[in-house]
Amino acid sequence: MRIAGKGLIDASKRVSFSFDGRRIEGAEGDTVASALLANDVRLVARSFKYHRPRGVLTAGSEEPNALVTTGSGAGAEPNVRATMVEIHEGLEVKSQNRWPSLGFDVLSVNDLAAPFFGAGFYYKTFMWPGALWEKLYEPLIRRAAGLGALSGKNNADRYERAYAFCDLLVIGAGPAGLMAALTAARAGADVILADEDSRMGGRLLAESEEIDGKQGHVWVAEVLAELSGMENVRLMPRTTVTGAYDQGTYGALERVGLHKAAGGHLPRECFWRIVARRSILAAGALERPIAFPDNDRPGIMNAGAVRAYLNRWGVAAGKRVAVYGNNDGAHKTARDLMAAGVEVVAVIDSRIDASVALDAPVITGGRVIGTKGRLGLEEITVASASGERQIKADCLAMSGGWNPTVHLACHMNGQPVWDEAIQSFTPKPGMIPGMEAAGAANGVFSTAGCLADGARAGEAAAADLGKKAAKTKMPKASDGAYALEPLWVVEGKGRQWLDFQNDVTVKDVRLAAKENYRSVEHMKRYTTQGMAPDQGKNSNVGALAVLADATGRGIPETGTTTYRPPFVPVSIAAMGAGAQGKGFAPQRFTTSHAASVERGAPMIEAGMWYRPSYFARPGESTWRQACDREVTMVREAVGICDVSTLGKIDVQGPDAAAFLDFVYTNTISTLPVGKVRYGLMLREDGHVMDDGTCARFGEGHFVITTTTAAAALVMRHLEFVAQGLRPDLDVQLVSVTEQWAQFGVVGPKSRDLLNDLLDAPISDETLPYMGHQAAQVMGVRGRLFRISFSGEHAYELAVPARYGEALYRVLVARAEMLGGGAYGMEALNVLRIEKGHITHAEIHGRTTAFDIGFDKMISREKDCIGQKMAAREGMVEESREQLVGLKPVGAVKQLTAGAHIFVEDAQAKRENDQGYVTSVCYSPTVQSFLGLGFLKNGRARYGERVRLVDHLRGVEAICEVVNPVFFDPEGGRLRG
Amino acid sequence: MRLICPHCGERDRREFTYQGAAEILDRPSREVGNDDWADYLHLRENPAGETKDMWYHDPCGAWIVVHRDTVTHAVHSGELASEVRK
Repeated sequence: MRIAGKGLIDASKRVSFSFDGRRIEGAEGDTVASALLANDVRLVARSFKYHRPRGVLTAGSEEPNALVTTGSGAGAEPNVRATMVEIHEGLEVKSQNRWPSLGFDVLSVNDLAAPFFGAGFYYKTFMWPGALWEKLYEPLIRRAAGLGALSGKNNADRYERAYAFCDLLVIGAGPAGLMAALTAARAGADVILADEDSRMGGRLLAESEEIDGKQGHVWVAEVLAELSGMENVRLMPRTTVTGAYDQGTYGALERVGLHKAAGGHLPRECFWRIVARRSILAAGALERPIAFPDNDRPGIMNAGAVRAYLNRWGVAAGKRVAVYGNNDGAHKTARDLMAAGVEVVAVIDSRIDASVALDAPVITGGRVIGTKGRLGLEEITVASASGERQIKADCLAMSGGWNPTVHLACHMNGQPVWDEAIQSFTPKPGMIPGMEAAGAANGVFSTAGCLADGARAGEAAAADLGKKAAKTKMPKASDGAYALEPLWVVEGKGRQWLDFQNDVTVKDVRLAAKENYRSVEHMKRYTTQGMAPDQGKNSNVGALAVLADATGRGIPETGTTTYRPPFVPVSIAAMGAGAQGKGFAPQRFTTSHAASVERGAPMIEAGMWYRPSYFARPGESTWRQACDREVTMVREAVGICDVSTLGKIDVQGPDAAAFLDFVYTNTISTLPVGKVRYGLMLREDGHVMDDGTCARFGEGHFVITTTTAAAALVMRHLEFVAQGLRPDLDVQLVSVTEQWAQFGVVGPKSRDLLNDLLDAPISDETLPYMGHQAAQVMGVRGRLFRISFSGEHAYELAVPARYGEALYRVLVARAEMLGGGAYGMEALNVLRIEKGHITHAEIHGRTTAFDIGFDKMISREKDCIGQKMAAREGMVEESREQLVGLKPVGAVKQLTAGAHIFVEDAQAKRENDQGYVTSVCYSPTVQSFLGLGFLKNGRARYGERVRLVDHLRGVEAICEVVNPVFFDPEGGRLRG
Repeated sequence: MRLICPHCGERDRREFTYQGAAEILDRPSREVGNDDWADYLHLRENPAGETKDMWYHDPCGAWIVVHRDTVTHAVHSGELASEVRK
């Protein structure tokens, strides 16, 4: 019921939304919870396990009951707390965990069977037969118990992530947080003030208190006005700090666009990583319910929440309200309600000696021992020294005291300390380096105390940051003492609910203790108390008290469970924002990308790079046709291929040659200027890391290449060797992969093609095989290498990347005039297999130089990375699997990489395994399928027939073991 | 976690690539026997407390010896590997 003239929102600004299809009128500034209460909707949800009718309990992010689904379709968001959802025109809200409707829920029969469903019931009940657990029991239980469901569709809503840095992060903008932020900001610190509410002010918006003679919210507005006018302050409302991590890193979730209709320009949420040199935890405190019998009916709420709905939203949570508490705070609820004209039917204080200065029926030393009302509270039963009596009430405001919101302070495994005076836990200093608690989060519960504690923390933080805070003039505020008597459980007939979210009762916790789950961590897992979205924010301390009592220990000895991030549920979409699609797998394009795509080449991934697979011409309907033609074209005319993706590293310095001798197995220092040498790199454990070419440009200047896949790895490795192992060598490394576009010009007509383009023609004399030189191509300065991956007379021409696309187009056009053209990765692969050249299919991390037949390349004249370990017995045994060529005997349909090799007439089983196939192709040159693979003692078995068996694909073939160089083994074409 | 790069200052952990214990800097000569070489390559302490390990700062290419505590997660210092070896 909305009360005219009450609250901080303008009730005349109407906003309507739907709840389970019913149109609800609220006002601008309402949450779903406040709007429902304003419309006297008390039944909001069904509980997790027993499908009990439940209503709103709190007014904050700790809400355990009022979980709803917002939106519809792919963007539907389940399990959001109605207390945190700001309404907007057209918002769709649905209740959860009920069928067919909230008022009539078939599975509420679970509640009748509750005696069978106590803690751990499924461990005990569904023991036999074991096979039924996965197929029957678990699906049934999951369907019956639970929360809202995801749509299962791809959510197109936009989420973001962002980073921020500051001197001081203030978490919570209540009286303590505001004073802390103000004090530190005035001293010149860069401050971020984050608060999870849409409106800053904390409890000052929920109470009817004055500060400096002004209403609390007016004082808040003045402070916020000053803060927002300061350049060194960033205010972040709707931002929940979710976790505290190492070195002052904090996670925070900002609800950026959730209060507006989806589809606008705002992202829904943004996940922040905030790095702060200091932080102040001013997150306030959470009120705890009292575990009396049947304390979970809609209409039974926390007393502080009832005040918040009244003072902030102008909503009376009931027409006949009873108040029940163990502390003076509860009296404020009765006072505020009465001042607003709401009938208070009873003020029940558990303390016999409580003085209650209220003009209402007061019962001291009273206990609520029962309630009635199927879908909402109708009546309570109160016991006191004068006997039992029933009181008609539609709302019961309860308060069992307050728990400081210590969660963030405990995220690095620190244990909070028990404070006897407030009967709760408070943070101790140093739990999070750089963090200090202030205000209610620090166990200080009066407004004046919070203001002073906030100012103190702000001053201390400023001083830590080397800034001098001016003495703050403290605003005047109430300083009432907080006195309470412990009240955890009220005995009586009926279940006393502790954890509303997980349907855990006092009896469940006692049962856990009885069954010897005495450790609080065991109790939690046995009963599920403290799990799920609210993580026990309402119930942890109460459950601890029950467990402590049941096990005969004190609460501090019983200890708390571990507090872990996140403080509130964080949507995966927000945490992983930007990491979908291309954000998850970035794409790298070569300069020839557009030209390749124009020619219709399917682009395939190679690491992050995209490279053309093949260039089909009219009449070619399969990739094989195109590939075969491209291979033949290269062997007979000339082909063009973009090889820019290979890693290129510029190595310079007086000791560059000595450095390369150390990282390559072979000797590089003897390489003359103007020459290129193949180089092999090992890992220190003796296995092959990578291979490539090394070109010498000057005494102290080399350019080396790496494979596409290992470019980053090799760069990191070389930096490691240079910085960590050989800082004595004067050498500098720079990756120039992106700076040079490099193209293979390959085939017998390659030199003819180049000589048409180069400013100075080349010949075998000026540029022999394995030579390189500076080259002017159409006026552009480039580099020309005579190297070959295909076994053909071939060159690689490099120009600065900005000329890459133009050069590629020219090269392809010229090649086509000579009967050649562009070729793709498929043909490149066939060409190198024909020639027996290795790629990372062969040097896959478990092969040695010996295995690939390169052990002679490990020079003994000098030390090098991997030399020592590569020489161990096991690394050079003849019985090792060695690189061989495999050529089918007779007709075969295909060979497959991954097939295993067996002796021809042996059974194809693991014990008989002789090796495996790494690369296969159809070779139009040899007119046969060809394979490369590793075979035990393979080099000694040329001529032997073996059987290839691919169990996975069901492919078999008989092959002859041959030298891996299938084509032109003498290398005449290279020099031709 | 935030690590210290001597070139760039304190940076987020995601800018770094982890390598392993800083013992990898003490590479034996090739005259040393296989057993010692195997120890150098494969045997590592698993300390609860102070440790030194190697991190590569991808943006600037520096190899850094980070002195940190595996229990408290405190990061004490970051030193260039090339300086440590001098």
